[in-house]
Amino acid sequence: MSTTLDNPPQNARSARPAPSRRRQAKPGTWRHAIRRDWQLYSLAILPLLFFAIFRYAPMIGNVIAFRKFEPGGSIFGESWVGLRYVKMFLNDPSFWSVFTNTLVLGALTLLFCFPLPIALALLLNEVRSRRVKRFLQSVSYLPHFLSMVIVAAMVMQMLAVDGPINQIVKAFGGEATPFIQKPEWFRTIFVSSEVWQTVGWGTILYLAALTTIDEQLYEAARMDGAGRWRQVWHVTLPGIRPTAITLLILNIGTFMATGFEKVLLLYNPLTYPTADVISTYLYRMGVESSSMSYAAAIGLFEALIGVVLILSANLMSRRAVGTSLW
Amino acid sequence: MTIDKSRGYRVFQGVNAVILTGVVIVTLYPFINILARSFSEERYIVSGQVNLIPRGFNLTTYKIVVSDPMFWTNYGNTVLYTVVATAIAMVLTTCYAYVLSKPHLKGRTLLIWVAVFTMIFSGGLIPQYVLVNSLGLTNSIWAIVLPNAISVFNLLVMKAFFEGLPHELEEAAAIDGLNTYGVLWRVVLPLSKAVIATMVLFYAVSFWNSWFTAFLYLSKTELFPVTIYLRNLIAGATGAESAGASLSEVSQAASNIQSVTIMLTVLPILAVYPFVQRYFVSGVMLGAVKG
Repeated sequence: MSTTLDNPPQNARSARPAPSRRRQAKPGTWRHAIRRDWQLYSLAILPLLFFAIFRYAPMIGNVIAFRKFEPGGSIFGESWVGLRYVKMFLNDPSFWSVFTNTLVLGALTLLFCFPLPIALALLLNEVRSRRVKRFLQSVSYLPHFLSMVIVAAMVMQMLAVDGPINQIVKAFGGEATPFIQKPEWFRTIFVSSEVWQTVGWGTILYLAALTTIDEQLYEAARMDGAGRWRQVWHVTLPGIRPTAITLLILNIGTFMATGFEKVLLLYNPLTYPTADVISTYLYRMGVESSSMSYAAAIGLFEALIGVVLILSANLMSRRAVGTSLW
Repeated sequence: MTIDKSRGYRVFQGVNAVILTGVVIVTLYPFINILARSFSEERYIVSGQVNLIPRGFNLTTYKIVVSDPMFWTNYGNTVLYTVVATAIAMVLTTCYAYVLSKPHLKGRTLLIWVAVFTMIFSGGLIPQYVLVNSLGLTNSIWAIVLPNAISVFNLLVMKAFFEGLPHELEEAAAIDGLNTYGVLWRVVLPLSKAVIATMVLFYAVSFWNSWFTAFLYLSKTELFPVTIYLRNLIAGATGAESAGASLSEVSQAASNIQSVTIMLTVLPILAVYPFVQRYFVSGVMLGAVKG
């Protein structure tokens, strides 16, 4: 900063009497902390730069939702236009259709992808042989490690007109269907591939939680005459409840962003009526059609709903069951 | 738990075995089917006769794909991006996690919130896109490796691990004259091999698999990672037809070439998966303990 050179008042601090600089700073003050831990703070500089540039600058960059943005101009836009872009998307019928799609896909995903790992974990927990159990776990985790591109490619291969699903359909005397081109099939395809990909991995935390349940609770339950189902209901499920609630809050937090990459890979203009979600719509508006301000306004709206969802889920769970993320 | 031999329990075990077998089949079937397709002759695929075993075994499609120089360029890019991005990510994550693990540090709560807040609220796609463009990172490796250099989840896992280390060791090292950097480099890191290995795996897999940043910021074919090569193949944009046309005596359909490309792309992960899987599991658990 060259300004400090010709700006004497900046030197006010160093103009203080020398002894005060050498005297030990009072514990608890920033000066004391920095003098003692400056090496630690220096380690934080690069990470903080990362957060500032790539996380917080885009947050501020959202002002282009209220400003006119010129390609090649300032990333914070040129002039204020107020709520123009917000009004624009609120009056845009295709916005409301993608909004509905986002809610439907998010709700269906939550409905299936949240409880199924719990069920699978309970079943896995009943497997007696350790080797079999490890094998089952290894297999069920596998899809989690694939690139979304590969998952999408596999989905398309499975559903191709000459693919296995259509072979089954034909074996039962049906007609081969081009599933990927049918809007009425998109939700089924999306949710079932999502389950395929995430259900196994989702069991990890539940299996960990299950191992921490006290054996004596089961014994006590048996003493009281509880059968297997009652043991599950009164011991196992309460035992994994904190884990389940934490994951539920996290799932609700990502509700609005559901499957952006997968939708982008799987959809096509034919399936837009059911497949197009807010994030893919704003991607097309912003990146493909260069309506940056309009797309940013939609993105901001989406992010704010996400924040409200996660905060209220957190609050509700803290009130209701005393578990919360913070 | 004592073994319960009641009839109801045996029935349950039987049903459970059936369900879990079903899960295994449903999970593995797509892999095996695509493997079988990749070795099959086109006419059997089109007529829907390939399930678990290749029909008309041949390696023609493999030859077509591996003789496409762009495939190897893109494959090399994926390796390069993964290595560089993982290295940068590890340095930044380790430094920050170490700082956050020091309970006495003034402003620590603020530093933690700087990271955690980005999990709740993000700037969003468009401002990020505008930013990366205006920084001039487009069409360079930096667009891939910088914007996602720290994963907050990984950061919290590492912080939890560092907090669990016995801090007497660090104090002793400090008394023996090591400064903070020395303590981190010569005492803490050697003790943290397990978590470092886990984090390297987490990052490497996510960078290996990533496609969207490349899709957004790269437009030159020779810079693409292999995931984009595959995506374009699916979208039918490039590659398959030109590669297939050059060897027109064997007209392999796009679906066959896709199967081969899928197999070649997923191969490194499938190869290391059995060996590294338990590290992932322990890493996730570690992250969960902290919450």
